[in-house]
Amino acid sequence: MYSFDIQRPTSVADAVAALGTDEALPLGGGQTLIPTLKQRLSAPSVLVSLSGIAEIKGVCTGDDGALCIGGGTTHATVAREATGYPALAELAGNIGDPAVRNRGTIGGSLANNDPSACYPAAALASGATIVTNTREIAADDYFQGMFETALNEGEIITEVRFPVPEKGAYMKFEQPASRFALVGVFVAKYADGVRVAVTGASEEGVFRWTEAEKALSSNFAPEAVDGLSVSGDGMISDLHGSGAYRAHLVGVMTKRAVAAAH
Amino acid sequence: MPKDHGIGASPKRREDVRFLTGAGNYTDDINVHGQAYVHFLRSDVAHGKINKIDTSTAEGMPGVVRIFTGADFEGVGGLPCGWQVTDKNGEVMKEPAHPVLAQGKVRHVGDPIAAVVADSLEEARTAAEAIELDIEELPAVVDMGKALEAGATKVHDDLSDNLCYDWQFGTDTETTDAAFAKAAHVTTLELVNNRLVANPMEPRVAVGDYSRAGDDYTLYTTSQNPHVIRLLMGAFVLGIPEHKLRVVAPDVGGGFGTKIFHYAEEAFCTFAAKACNRPVKWTSTRSEAFMSDAHGRDHVTKIELALDKDNNFLAVRTDTKANMGAYLSTFSSSVPTWLHGTLMAGNYKTPAVQVNVKAVFTNTVPVDAYRGAGRPEATFQLERVIDKAARELGVDPIALRRQNFITQFPYATPVAVEYDTGDYEATMAKMEELMDIPGFAARRAESEKNGKLRGLGVNCFIEACGIAPSNLVGQLGARAGLYDAATVRVNATGSISVMVGAHSHGQGHETVFPQVVAEMLGIDESMIDIVHGDTSKIPFGMGTYGSRSLAVCGSAMVRATEKIINKAKKIAGHLLEASDSDIELKDGQFTVAGTDKSVAWGDVTLAAYVPHNYPLEDIEPGLEETAFYDPANFTYPAGAYACEVELDPETGKVTIEKFVSADDFGNVVNPMIVEGQVHGGIAQGIGQALLENCAYDENGQLLSASYMDYAMPRADDLPHMANYVVDHSCQTPCTHNPLGVKGCGEAGAIGSPPTVVNAVIDALHSGGHTHVSHIDMPVTPSRVWAAMNSQ
Ligand SMILES: Cc1cc2nc3c(=O)[nH]c(=O)nc-3n(C[C@H](O)[C@H](O)[C@H](O)COP(=O)(O)OP(=O)(O)OC[C@H]3O[C@@H](n4cnc5c(N)ncnc54)[C@H](O)[C@@H]3O)c2cc1C
Repeated sequence: MYSFDIQRPTSVADAVAALGTDEALPLGGGQTLIPTLKQRLSAPSVLVSLSGIAEIKGVCTGDDGALCIGGGTTHATVAREATGYPALAELAGNIGDPAVRNRGTIGGSLANNDPSACYPAAALASGATIVTNTREIAADDYFQGMFETALNEGEIITEVRFPVPEKGAYMKFEQPASRFALVGVFVAKYADGVRVAVTGASEEGVFRWTEAEKALSSNFAPEAVDGLSVSGDGMISDLHGSGAYRAHLVGVMTKRAVAAAH
Repeated sequence: MPKDHGIGASPKRREDVRFLTGAGNYTDDINVHGQAYVHFLRSDVAHGKINKIDTSTAEGMPGVVRIFTGADFEGVGGLPCGWQVTDKNGEVMKEPAHPVLAQGKVRHVGDPIAAVVADSLEEARTAAEAIELDIEELPAVVDMGKALEAGATKVHDDLSDNLCYDWQFGTDTETTDAAFAKAAHVTTLELVNNRLVANPMEPRVAVGDYSRAGDDYTLYTTSQNPHVIRLLMGAFVLGIPEHKLRVVAPDVGGGFGTKIFHYAEEAFCTFAAKACNRPVKWTSTRSEAFMSDAHGRDHVTKIELALDKDNNFLAVRTDTKANMGAYLSTFSSSVPTWLHGTLMAGNYKTPAVQVNVKAVFTNTVPVDAYRGAGRPEATFQLERVIDKAARELGVDPIALRRQNFITQFPYATPVAVEYDTGDYEATMAKMEELMDIPGFAARRAESEKNGKLRGLGVNCFIEACGIAPSNLVGQLGARAGLYDAATVRVNATGSISVMVGAHSHGQGHETVFPQVVAEMLGIDESMIDIVHGDTSKIPFGMGTYGSRSLAVCGSAMVRATEKIINKAKKIAGHLLEASDSDIELKDGQFTVAGTDKSVAWGDVTLAAYVPHNYPLEDIEPGLEETAFYDPANFTYPAGAYACEVELDPETGKVTIEKFVSADDFGNVVNPMIVEGQVHGGIAQGIGQALLENCAYDENGQLLSASYMDYAMPRADDLPHMANYVVDHSCQTPCTHNPLGVKGCGEAGAIGSPPTVVNAVIDALHSGGHTHVSHIDMPVTPSRVWAAMNSQ
């Protein structure tokens, strides 16, 4: 680790001000950022810890019925308190291990947008809104490729609003070493249609499988996915599986998510 | 009633009190006043010519004490290899220099180029970034086949090629060929024994200290064998005589073989402590461990099995390429030869067995012994080819094995070793009973109802442990003796310290060894402690590996305790005014046979140290004895393993539903610890079979360089304890050591990989995927899926 200063603001306004300095980075749970610092792959001069900001923590229900999760809420809190959206609570409860879940935050996960992370699938499949200190961003506009998002420098995720589906489920096929998603599929059935988001598979990061969405919107049953497939081109190919294998798993996990949706 | 003390009892591990309460004293817990820290600048290319290393800027950075490069080690010895293998033409193996810091070339990712010693670790790291390197990247030699092609890039320019040795062993070619020529059936299998990283929980650490006052050195290090390090580093690398060099290996958090070897960082810290006149400490990060700890396995093999028309094994022939990595690690050369070829007969009376091994240099981390070392490689190929033969011939894999078992002992194999004792039928029958083989069909039907395939895999294994008879291994090229030593020091009040050459780093010696001495003396175990891991405290010792601690060092301890008993009887005889030949020792009392005259253990020990009424004219005061023990033969633990897997045909994911081991370890001192050793060994075997894959790309970059990509087995990868059955009730005691013990530390890791793969193939065949005859380890979901869809 290189040396850095740390600031511990207690309000979003103070955090934004602190982030105005050169080479400042927000620190969520540190589950991604701290290892990066330890490997000296990142050298911020200031870390602005968000964990002391009460206003971006916690789970509640909005006036429109959406589940609202503060950007600084840990995975463990979501797993415990997002009872209104069981599929989301289950997803959070299967991220990493207890230590990771007690530190890592939804804001950190979405800001990082790891192509194998779980939350991006939930946000995209739910048509969630990413709320920052300056604006509201629709999930469809937010994810812009591996580790790329619509966030500007110094912008903080303060809240994520998830419209609650009639039924939903997340199916994660774990990469055996990291236990991130080798392929993860989040299926959410709303009154106006089904959304399917896939993580872990594509070199472009999380994506919607529109073909399956169409089929499932007319028949929300595993068989509806039969015969549909995504192409292995553009899929991640590594030690743990070829692009073709990942493409195959997208189909399998989608069906399983539909079968498990509740 | 199970015993509650002594041999055969299962007292809880006494060392766990400190380990589980955070009171262990590991090498990284040791801080010497005034110590500096070293950071190694390591190569990030697999192969390159060092044109320039400019340290001038870095030397001026804050906190820097001194920066070392290969030039500082000219004239200093290289890291030695402890075993010289002679090839099939009578030529000795090629032995390239292995400098402490790279000289002229870097040969693998992680090869240390420079070492920065600074007041703090962060300062050392920062200074290292300011070292200017000009390294001309050369083509990397990664694939063993390509490494052996004519004109291939050479890892070592001063050698003629990348072939370390071409070894042949066992039955001669003419006899072997004749056996194959008359075979009714030949089964051939090509397979890979995957490269592994041992990953002990504690990474390696070294602290070097030098005292100008006595011109002597102390090295604290994470080692399985401090005396071996003292010998190798003192005599071969730094030229420090034994009496000026103390090596301490305190609590060590797991070794699995990878902490046997003498490493560059140990030599560096010791050397630099004098050069800087400051203690120097190095603590490996996990990332460094992946690219500097010796790796394990990495064999590519073709094996052929010849059978007659009645399915009797006629001959086995193997052709293996074994990866040595870029340099020869301490025992690397012995692993694919003497620890592998000698086990190729397995549990079977195959009359002709020929083993061919080419050891190959590549631009990868050195490969050496890892739990099992050579024997897992032998077991895997033999038990896989037998399984394949059974499938090709349409015969029951258990019956085929049974029919070919060795049943008469001692049995001299065609590959040099002589099995002293065993009962393979007994362990096979025990395994069948514990696995409930007849119930398998119903369990398979149940799995199929849930859309899963179920497979049953069985195999046998044998290993040569209790390493090793010195005169034999000397003939085979070992540059050391492999005896062990123990001193039993009885104190005046009767308590005992036993100084043992074996090192305990998870094995539980501190619990088990006292059980043996307590049983022999009839006193309470709590009166006995063992001392290990410090060359200044123990007489000598070759350390712990090769399942040797109890069989070899335990035997030395028994011999030393026998000497204690003999002397104590003389003292008791004197006190009781009887002849020592009439004295009996039972339950800690010395009694004159046939009388009620007795003295207690404590009276005798006190007399030895307060010799007021003592036969000083006949015997010396004090009560301390040392014994060295050199085994007459290896020991041969063996067993039968079985497992049931469930395979998800949609994803290719394999789960282990049940695992059974039936082992014969001879006599067992602490059943609980034996079971724990086997559980752990099988976990590592399952890890190798399903998860662990140390992989390089074609440029020699390590793809699995962290736990993000290197999959270690976790509790939920293993069957629930109720279905994880380890049995050691079949016992044919070793015939040549005093305890009749064979060793249990490696068995699980040796026996279990083929069990898993055999079960996976069985599952696939039951699902109609009969074209799949083999899948290389690790049998990952993606590989299973690819194999299923490979037609
Ligand atoms: C062992 C392990 C296992 C894991 N397994 C999984 C898994 O199975 N699935 C999964 O999805 N993830 C997994 N993770 C990742 C984990 O979920 C992380 O917590 C998450 O990716 C980052 O969240 P964080 O709060 O720790 O962010 P940090 O590490 O603190 O920050 C990550 C990045 O986000 C920025 N940032 C942080 N908070 C905000 C914010 N509110 N607004 C804007 N930018 C912000 C930081 O500046 C940094 O660039 C795992 C991590 C570990 C260590």
